[in-house]
Amino acid sequence: MTTNPLLIFIAAFIVNNIILIRYLGLCPFFGVSTTLTTAFGMSTACLFVMLIATWVTWTIYHFLLLPLDLIFLRTAVFILIIATLVQFVEIFLKKNFKALYSAMGIYLPLITTNCAILAVTFLAIDYRFSLILATIFALGNALGFGLVIVLFSAIRERLEFAPLSRSFKGYPIAFIAASLVALAFLGFIGLFGLPL
Amino acid sequence: MRNKKSKRLQYLFNGIILENPILILMIGLCPALATSTTAKDAFGMSVATSFVLICSNIVVSLIRKFVPESVRIPIFIIIISTFVTIVDYTMQAYVPTLYRVLGVFVPLIVVNCMILGRAEAFAYQHNIFDSFLDGLGKAVGFTLVLVIMSIIREYFSTGEIFGFVIGPRFIISQPMLFMIFPPGAFLLIGLLKAFINKFIIKPEPTD
Repeated sequence: MTTNPLLIFIAAFIVNNIILIRYLGLCPFFGVSTTLTTAFGMSTACLFVMLIATWVTWTIYHFLLLPLDLIFLRTAVFILIIATLVQFVEIFLKKNFKALYSAMGIYLPLITTNCAILAVTFLAIDYRFSLILATIFALGNALGFGLVIVLFSAIRERLEFAPLSRSFKGYPIAFIAASLVALAFLGFIGLFGLPL
Repeated sequence: MRNKKSKRLQYLFNGIILENPILILMIGLCPALATSTTAKDAFGMSVATSFVLICSNIVVSLIRKFVPESVRIPIFIIIISTFVTIVDYTMQAYVPTLYRVLGVFVPLIVVNCMILGRAEAFAYQHNIFDSFLDGLGKAVGFTLVLVIMSIIREYFSTGEIFGFVIGPRFIISQPMLFMIFPPGAFLLIGLLKAFINKFIIKPEPTD
């Protein structure tokens, strides 16, 4: 497996895109991609939490769980860390960065159950990345998440006005649009990438 | 008495169609799309998820009187992640090939909104037997959708179902390979949802 930071970034960003190729974070993908503003808010919140969560979980895994031989607690510890972290970030932003908080405040609690965050922290461990590579990996995934969700929200804004039969309105047509976007992203597969 | 019995049946059967977690409530989509590439994987994933769902429902309902309301969510998460760890290590030991295919989605059962949702919305208020029935119903609904999706996807992409070759030769010689990839998964669930909207639960007219 490659250790070139640029390749890891591109692989996480486009080739193994977290939503369209790895099928992670689908709930927010379909839930908040209805307008461009909500999509932006969700992606900023996600970028923020994903980076911090990766740093914290990586450190705890390598300096606490591994030396003490407690790897089996990984799932429980990581999800609790993420849940606490989200709360902490929310309070911190509310107090110190009002503008940022109003932009992504309501999306922060939703992120706790966003499987993309937990998956990225697990994958960064499973791929045996160093802390720097893990950061690049998390950054690529968060930007990939943002890219797809923003692109897709533009499509969905148009879909609102499309003349559709009633049974296809809403979710079904969104899924089918997602299928076409995923087909475009599938073109990158085989370029290079991380093992899925 | 009879009323109580019919209510219990309702708890059990609601999850299968009327409150199907994937196709009606649209939760737990990630594992549904990711692991429905072949029928065998989908079945393995459903068994793992069902086990966690039913056990966490039972345990949450068992301790619901001792859990203060303000800290209930962290406690639910700990209970769920305990069962996920059990499943994770059991699968690693006994079905290593399946575990390798499912990969990161086994530990990710912990963030399946369906499980936390049932603990919060149902098991925290109901007794053990009802919670068990509710968990069972939702688990059956989840399994049903996963297996149906995986059978369709596996058949169109390889011409096989559960690994057995079935059907006309042209599917095997010229498979629709894209069904096994993400676009096929999105297309299929879109069509299934449209089918549900058309024939089973009609959405409210919005305009």
